[in-house]
Amino acid sequence: MTVVIAGASLAGLTAAETLRAEGYEGAVIVVDPSTTIPADRPPLSKQVLAGEWPPERAQHRVAARVPELALDLRLGVAATALEAATRSVSLSDGSLISAHGIVLAMGAAPRRLPGDQPAGVHVLRTMDDCLALRNDLDKMPAKVAVIGAGFIGAEVAATCRSRGLEVTLIEVAPLPLGRVLPGELGGFIADLHRAHGVEVILGVGVEGLDSRTGTDGSQHVSGVRLTDGSVVAAEVVVVGIGVVPNTSWLEGSGLRLENGVACDATCSAAPGIVAAGDVASWPNPLYGEVMRVEQWENAIEQGEYAAKRLLAELQGTEMPAPFASIPWFWSDQYDRKIQMAGRPSSSDEIIIPEGSIEEQRFVALFRRGDLCTGVLGVNRPRHVMQVRMKLTESLSWDSAFSVFA
Amino acid sequence: MKIVVNYDLCESNAICMAVAPEVFEVRDDDFLYLLTEEPGEELREKMEESARRCPKQAITIEG
Repeated sequence: MTVVIAGASLAGLTAAETLRAEGYEGAVIVVDPSTTIPADRPPLSKQVLAGEWPPERAQHRVAARVPELALDLRLGVAATALEAATRSVSLSDGSLISAHGIVLAMGAAPRRLPGDQPAGVHVLRTMDDCLALRNDLDKMPAKVAVIGAGFIGAEVAATCRSRGLEVTLIEVAPLPLGRVLPGELGGFIADLHRAHGVEVILGVGVEGLDSRTGTDGSQHVSGVRLTDGSVVAAEVVVVGIGVVPNTSWLEGSGLRLENGVACDATCSAAPGIVAAGDVASWPNPLYGEVMRVEQWENAIEQGEYAAKRLLAELQGTEMPAPFASIPWFWSDQYDRKIQMAGRPSSSDEIIIPEGSIEEQRFVALFRRGDLCTGVLGVNRPRHVMQVRMKLTESLSWDSAFSVFA
Repeated sequence: MKIVVNYDLCESNAICMAVAPEVFEVRDDDFLYLLTEEPGEELREKMEESARRCPKQAITIEG
């Protein structure tokens, strides 16, 4: 029997490890266009970028286990086409594999600004991205502009400040982290960065990049032109405006592509084909809502689940219950640990049962009628996890709020 | 089986507490405490899951 796993990052390798842990002894072919096992990503915007960790330390536990998992690991090889009905996968080295089972875990690629990319403009997704940016930061640029105040942008801004660099953080939305934080809570993030000396520009879009011609004729970025006509001078620009799931190779495969690979409630995209991590969208039964989660822990949890689900199908054993998860993430910015569990929407009511925004240490609960849709903690890890444990059982407001009784 | 937490790495994300509250406890001071260093064999799967899901990879299992 043969299982093909597309993607050797956290979700893909966790799926491989789970197949072995569950006793599967057949072939496991893991392909990834990267020529090395992709790095564990959280340190790339923090410790590695700050220069505190050597690159080799940003390796995930499961990557170190690869030799003992007896995988057919094909690095530098991308999956280029899939025929879902026959489970056949074409690879960039020209080979064609007939698989019994397929795990889609290709992750996502960062969005870039349209147009030419002069030197000094960076995205941050891979170790190569991180080291290229770090190399530019080592030259002590007079000013760094970060476009996009999502998690990557906010963490990069914080890391650049910790390196003593002048930073401007530019966000088109009225508040930072607007895609994940309800209501006014993004204001806390903006204040946190301003208090640490970051210039934060909100509600203004980017028109384009200015560049200058170097003595060798090459183009180097010199500034960011904003839609209000102003220009932010910058020698280094970091673009953190979200990611796109790596699904273009699945066009014509027979799979439904809609905000990633559309799966059923058990992360199955078609018979014998499952998806996990950044590429998978599935109806989360806890929320009754189709979700795609771009978070570190979900890659592990969903990678495990998808592998078990696939094995159950291939071996004809009992199917697991639908993949019910309360998404969770953390972000370290300066000395604040920001954690959120759940999936609140921007219109949910915000209740702060513990601490206060003023002291920069608090818990915020999100309420929609009788439901608690999520929890945010700033330097309050215990409470966040206690609420998350309640939410895993049910989204009942009373149950979640009882943590603070 | 012995559980070892590298407290230099641990950042009290408390994922382990969600997996195995009978072994891991993050208290009001935001530090992680081990309720037992040698959990019973019946908890092995939970210990492995805690180690797997620790964002700082601060948990190791000996024996």
